[in-house]
Amino acid sequence: MDVLQLIVSGLANGCVYGLIAMGFVLIYKATEAVNFAQGDFMMLGAFICLGLTNAEFMGLPFWISAPVAILVMGAFGYALDFVVLRRMFGQSQIAVIILTIALGFVLRFFAGLIWGHEPVSLQSPIAGRDVRFGGLVLGLDEVAVIAVTVVLTLALYFYFNRTKLGVAMQASSQNQLAAYYMGIPVKRVHSLVWALAGMVAAVAGILFASKGAIDPSIGLLGIKAFAAAVIGGFGSLPGALLGGLIVGLIEPFASRYIAAGYSQIMPYLLLFLILVFRPHGILAQVHRKKV
Amino acid sequence: MTAVATKAAQAPAHDAKVVLSVRNIESYYGPIMAIRGVSLEVREGQIVTVLGANGAGKTTLMKTISGVMDPEKGQILYQGRDIAGQSPDRIVRAGIVHVPEGREVFPLLTVEENLKMGAFTRSDADGVRQDQEMVFSYFPILAQRRNQAAGTLSGGQQQMLAIGRGLMARPRLMLLDEPSLGLSPLLVKEIFQIIRRLNREQGVTMMLVEQNAKIALEVADYGYVMELGRIVMADTAERLLQSKDVQQFYLGVQTEEAQRGQKRWKQKKTWR
Repeated sequence: MDVLQLIVSGLANGCVYGLIAMGFVLIYKATEAVNFAQGDFMMLGAFICLGLTNAEFMGLPFWISAPVAILVMGAFGYALDFVVLRRMFGQSQIAVIILTIALGFVLRFFAGLIWGHEPVSLQSPIAGRDVRFGGLVLGLDEVAVIAVTVVLTLALYFYFNRTKLGVAMQASSQNQLAAYYMGIPVKRVHSLVWALAGMVAAVAGILFASKGAIDPSIGLLGIKAFAAAVIGGFGSLPGALLGGLIVGLIEPFASRYIAAGYSQIMPYLLLFLILVFRPHGILAQVHRKKV
Repeated sequence: MTAVATKAAQAPAHDAKVVLSVRNIESYYGPIMAIRGVSLEVREGQIVTVLGANGAGKTTLMKTISGVMDPEKGQILYQGRDIAGQSPDRIVRAGIVHVPEGREVFPLLTVEENLKMGAFTRSDADGVRQDQEMVFSYFPILAQRRNQAAGTLSGGQQQMLAIGRGLMARPRLMLLDEPSLGLSPLLVKEIFQIIRRLNREQGVTMMLVEQNAKIALEVADYGYVMELGRIVMADTAERLLQSKDVQQFYLGVQTEEAQRGQKRWKQKKTWR
């Protein structure tokens, strides 16, 4: 029973990592840039939802504030690409990466100004309740996190494989020039990918905030999610989720069976081993152009 | 020169309506002027070929027409409207589609998804479905491979897919960049026969850039020769095929002088 509970809480954490990792991969595949502010996007999404929901701020019902927070983060992602990144078109990827790192600091600072630096918890209807399966007691928050991640993953799968715009996003990430030739508005597609990444980050943030207290520095979770994305295979959405789940599952078992000082290293040790023995990640999606 | 030899009988008249008229365009790659004032015309229903060596500016010319590059100067009149400098998606919507050099398929998408992306600018689902069947009737191999990732196709099949994907936009004018690149002579022949059939049966006007001058002139109605960013010759395809300069420099025909041992590069081309 203990083991099962560890698995569920590991999976729940892993889902959050996986969702952030998917945000990394979405943007990397589409624009070949890495958004190091992805963790801070998650933090911002969580705080927007918290600010709308919690009684000490606006006190709106959770079922209104959660979709609003997701849409706001979508608009934020779109605007960021439209206003800032489109101007950097043709600059090196390093420039974009540094810009996103700086953006992360700015977001953390502003979140601290508005919502304070003390940990606060989201007054979410799923926080702190239990579900019983036979003799097994699971947190409703953890079950909800897993369920929402499954639904969101299926929705994304459907979107990318069955809708025209989703396939066009894949197409422009596989061959940008050809996408231009086919009349796909590549720049707008990039902005929409940023919007999608913002929305996925907001979902991750709301789920994470339902599981415990948050403060403006939780965006640093993004580093762990980045490791997860690399473990799964940077450039593969299923890989990102898988990487997230692996990292999430390792943590509770490591902290249970390994001395405290060492357990924290485990995800990064795995990252190290993966990079040495399978540098493209577990689900590598490598395609070399044929001549 | 087998199946294509009958074309003179049905070739469209040379006074057909002008679909595309390029006037004095200049395009740059950074500081380098790649096109130095090119003018040409493409008439309704024709196949017009642009010949020239590597670096003559043929591909740049095509990219400038399809809007991927913007010209510094000059006009590109398509059906009487200046489209120079417009975004590629507007130009595709207007009816010009560019089938790029080197195929450039979407490698991880299936054949069918690639074709769907060709029809990205269209919203008539029925028409798209019909056109997909039309593409499959010209390229039956694509129907067999419809659920296969495009990156796993052979070079010839990818070229067919690139042409089929271009057709899915239902273009009036198709810009074909080096469809023979990297293909075996047999495949080249097959592809060019299909290009001609598409031109005759579907009424797609074609502008064809080629290094394989022989086959290009065999299918084309009219031809231009480009050198160092300029048009140096323009004539009907038949007359270009007969022209001494074209024969010697682009078709590799041994002339009498060359047989007498005179060095080819010492001769002057007549247009210089």
